[in-house]
Amino acid sequence: MKRITRLTALLLLPLIVATAFSDEIATMRDGVAIDETAAPAPIPRVVNEDIKAQRSYPMQPPLIPHTTRDYELNLQVNKCMSCHGRRHTEDSQAPMISVTHYMDRDGNFLAEVSPRRYFCDQCHVTQTTTREVYENEFVDMDQLLEERAAAGSDD
Amino acid sequence: MTVSRREFMKANAIVAAASVAGVSIPAEASNVITGEDLTRLSWNKAPCRFCGTGCSVNVATLDGKVVATHGDIQSPVNKGLNCVKGYFLSKIMYGKDRLQTPLLRKRDGKYHKEGDFTPVSWDEAFDIMAEKFKAALKTKGPTSIGMFGSGQWTVLEGYAAVKLMKAGFRSNNIEPNARHCMASAVGGFMRTFGIDEPMGCYDDIEATDAFVLWGSNMSEMHPILWTRVTDRRLSASHVKVAVLSTYRHRCYDLADMDMIFTPQTDLAILNFIANYIIKTDRVNHDFVNKHTNFRRGDADIGYGLRDEHPLQQAAANPNSGGSKPMSFDEFAEFVSDYDEDYVSKLSGVSVEKLRALAELYADPDRKVVSFWTMGVNQHTRGVWCNNLIYNIHLLTGKIATPGNSPFSLTGQPSACGTAREVGTFSHRLPADMVVANEKHRKIAEKIWRLPEGTIVGKPGFHAVLHNRKLKDGDINAYWVQCNNNMQAAANINEEAYPGYRNPDNFIVVSDPYPTVTAQAADLVLPTAMWVEKEGVYGNAERRTQSWYQMIEPPGESRSDMWQVIEFSKRFTTDEIWPEELLAKSPELRGKTLYEVLFTNGHANRYPLSDTSPDHSNNESEYFGYYVQKSLFEEYAEFGRGKAHDLAPYDVYHQTRGLRWPVVDGKETLWRFKEGSDPYAKPGSDWDFYGKPDGRAIIFALPYEPAAESPDEEYDLWLCTGRVLEHWHSGSMTRRVPELQRAVPNALVFMHPDDARSRGLRRGDDVKIISRRGEIRTRVETRGRNRPPEGLVFVPWFDASRLINKVTLDATDPLSKQTDYKKCAVKIEKA
Repeated sequence: MKRITRLTALLLLPLIVATAFSDEIATMRDGVAIDETAAPAPIPRVVNEDIKAQRSYPMQPPLIPHTTRDYELNLQVNKCMSCHGRRHTEDSQAPMISVTHYMDRDGNFLAEVSPRRYFCDQCHVTQTTTREVYENEFVDMDQLLEERAAAGSDD
Repeated sequence: MTVSRREFMKANAIVAAASVAGVSIPAEASNVITGEDLTRLSWNKAPCRFCGTGCSVNVATLDGKVVATHGDIQSPVNKGLNCVKGYFLSKIMYGKDRLQTPLLRKRDGKYHKEGDFTPVSWDEAFDIMAEKFKAALKTKGPTSIGMFGSGQWTVLEGYAAVKLMKAGFRSNNIEPNARHCMASAVGGFMRTFGIDEPMGCYDDIEATDAFVLWGSNMSEMHPILWTRVTDRRLSASHVKVAVLSTYRHRCYDLADMDMIFTPQTDLAILNFIANYIIKTDRVNHDFVNKHTNFRRGDADIGYGLRDEHPLQQAAANPNSGGSKPMSFDEFAEFVSDYDEDYVSKLSGVSVEKLRALAELYADPDRKVVSFWTMGVNQHTRGVWCNNLIYNIHLLTGKIATPGNSPFSLTGQPSACGTAREVGTFSHRLPADMVVANEKHRKIAEKIWRLPEGTIVGKPGFHAVLHNRKLKDGDINAYWVQCNNNMQAAANINEEAYPGYRNPDNFIVVSDPYPTVTAQAADLVLPTAMWVEKEGVYGNAERRTQSWYQMIEPPGESRSDMWQVIEFSKRFTTDEIWPEELLAKSPELRGKTLYEVLFTNGHANRYPLSDTSPDHSNNESEYFGYYVQKSLFEEYAEFGRGKAHDLAPYDVYHQTRGLRWPVVDGKETLWRFKEGSDPYAKPGSDWDFYGKPDGRAIIFALPYEPAAESPDEEYDLWLCTGRVLEHWHSGSMTRRVPELQRAVPNALVFMHPDDARSRGLRRGDDVKIISRRGEIRTRVETRGRNRPPEGLVFVPWFDASRLINKVTLDATDPLSKQTDYKKCAVKIEKA
């Protein structure tokens, strides 16, 4: 059985938090002085688990949960559409591209993917297993809604 | 956490089944919250915080937080699209390490250059800062202070900073980081047309038959414009896309014509095209005779290095932008040296490809758009390169009409609006005016209600000179806002870092985050960003766009605007102005710069009650008047009636921006063309009114070699630049986990054979070494950029791998813009 190892599990990896050193404040230098050079971390692996990650909000372009190495995306070929195009999703079981992707600049629906959406990688990106991730306190609107609902039911 | 898919489905099924069966379940047990009063989001528009495209973004807030962003459907720029960075704008404010209070380097309770960063109050911060600025002004005068701002400042922030520096402190040492970005474009416009910024607009994209990219990777750096180019190319099969660069990148995926040229030879290719147009008799003589002049520019102009540098000493005409009139025949003779065999050999582009490229321009039945950005501007002959592109559009008359457009793309969101239109450069004033021109100074002094002689006529130090002057101890008090120049400036090892850490100097850095530049500072000021304040940006197609404040900044953060205006309260005229100036205006004697510049009755003429009732406006509430509107309307006086007309401020809040000049409520799409530009004189057809005789200039300018080329020891070209997923130095985008995980580090992109010949493989730890410094990173041989043999590419977004320790601070001697695209390096296994 396919197991859901949720991508969010990545969040449990050690995060780099603002360093407490008062002489070295540049978080992204990780304590290495500007005139020094640290050994670079190895190139991280691209996440290839094929598990959908939760979107931060409904309009966020979904992240690509698999590698796209050697995918052709050019004037002749769009490899992404060979799985995510409407006619291929039954075979591939990949999500169909959003209906918005069939709309031209003026909002008319076209018979095929809109040429303005042709280069998928301008919005959709893969993820790596890098450990160099900096903590972000963005709050999901669902959490705010739950807080609101909870506050409302207390009344 | 691992759950099986079945367990997950089962848990959800309980709620679903209950509702299908009509079983009443308590509200809190429902899996979806639906109450409109609970789920309604507040949506407002704002221009994107990142590149110069100027996409409009819809921003959703809930309970004082930004919770979502998406492309604005109503914006003509992006029509509902964003790139991946734009889609993640919601998260850029929320990095956990946002600065919350001012931080001052202290030892034993007092400021100390080598002290530890210690939280202080704004009062204490401004006390020490004012003390240091006053000391510098008193000891060495206005040239010993400096300010380094940004094309990411709002128009109003840049304008307030110019007033404080040029009028208040009487120092022209104010520069934007746009000097690194658009100075050569400005130089090109001023030299060819006498007026800055593109004549065309983005509507050219849907109207053209061909695109030529000159050293611009639009697919990553202007992604939404690239969606429009892609849309046009794939929708109309006759349209051709030609891509020229020094390495293969994503734009080549759409290219009908692909060319890789040897760095610096773009100059020769452009002259070849001019030669081809003339030799094949496709000059539009009617246009050329009526609307252009020919001039021969001075050559051998040096490389903008320190005066004592051997390359500078060797130049025949160092820093000369001079030129002499010439005839068409003399021009034809000049470019005839650039024949296809010579240029093919020099550039490495085949004769067939060169001819096909030239034919796009020469063919009278084909409309053509040229796009360029940093490949052309960050170039020791950047102004020339801009001039040469205009040459080929002017020779064919393919200009200022729909689809015929030499289009200089802009790097930053308000490089046009703030850096160029406001004139936050050391030599400029608003609306293309310059400090060296007495008439221009008088206009500014009149609008600013200041005595004649307040503004100093000698231009200040340009950006690259700032770092050199800090190192030399000539600038001693320095304020950096809205940029990360310790990561962005070239040759930081030899100039910027020793300059900032020079014990004689006091460095202030305003930023939302603890950047590399903040690390090198003595005082760090926590700064509000983007929708934490009201603002205005101006994009690459002359579109001015505004936004409201939507959320509160964290902790003690204040906007750049608040900082500039509040700091002005710390100075009185009699402390810093000479007696002769005070004598001319006794009524200003003893007044604070705040009173003189920002509350003189004119600069604060719109009341607080004019601000939006639905939005906070922290600056206006604090100072007690509508700061943004008052400054905007004063600033707009510079350009109205002078072909830089802006609409009334409130209009920008109601529209998705307007392209200036806005005359009688109408924006201008194509300038210089009668019928579409109200400033083009009747009967002129085309009117290049930036020049006194209405004629644009076609320049004869040669190919000259780069400042530094590979040799036996340093055997590779180094080119630097950006990536799609990160904005500039990454201080915002690297704090967005999705963007950071997508592209976590700057790798060195190199040809597999170059790696092999050095015993290297993908992923190896290497040193990149130049004559100035070195960094370590990992080898990438199969990434999105595929350099030819002999050239490597390293992006500069990564604070842990500072490639600008390696780059050369050679500049265009005319624009003073650094060439970040060419220097010589060697690569060794670490």
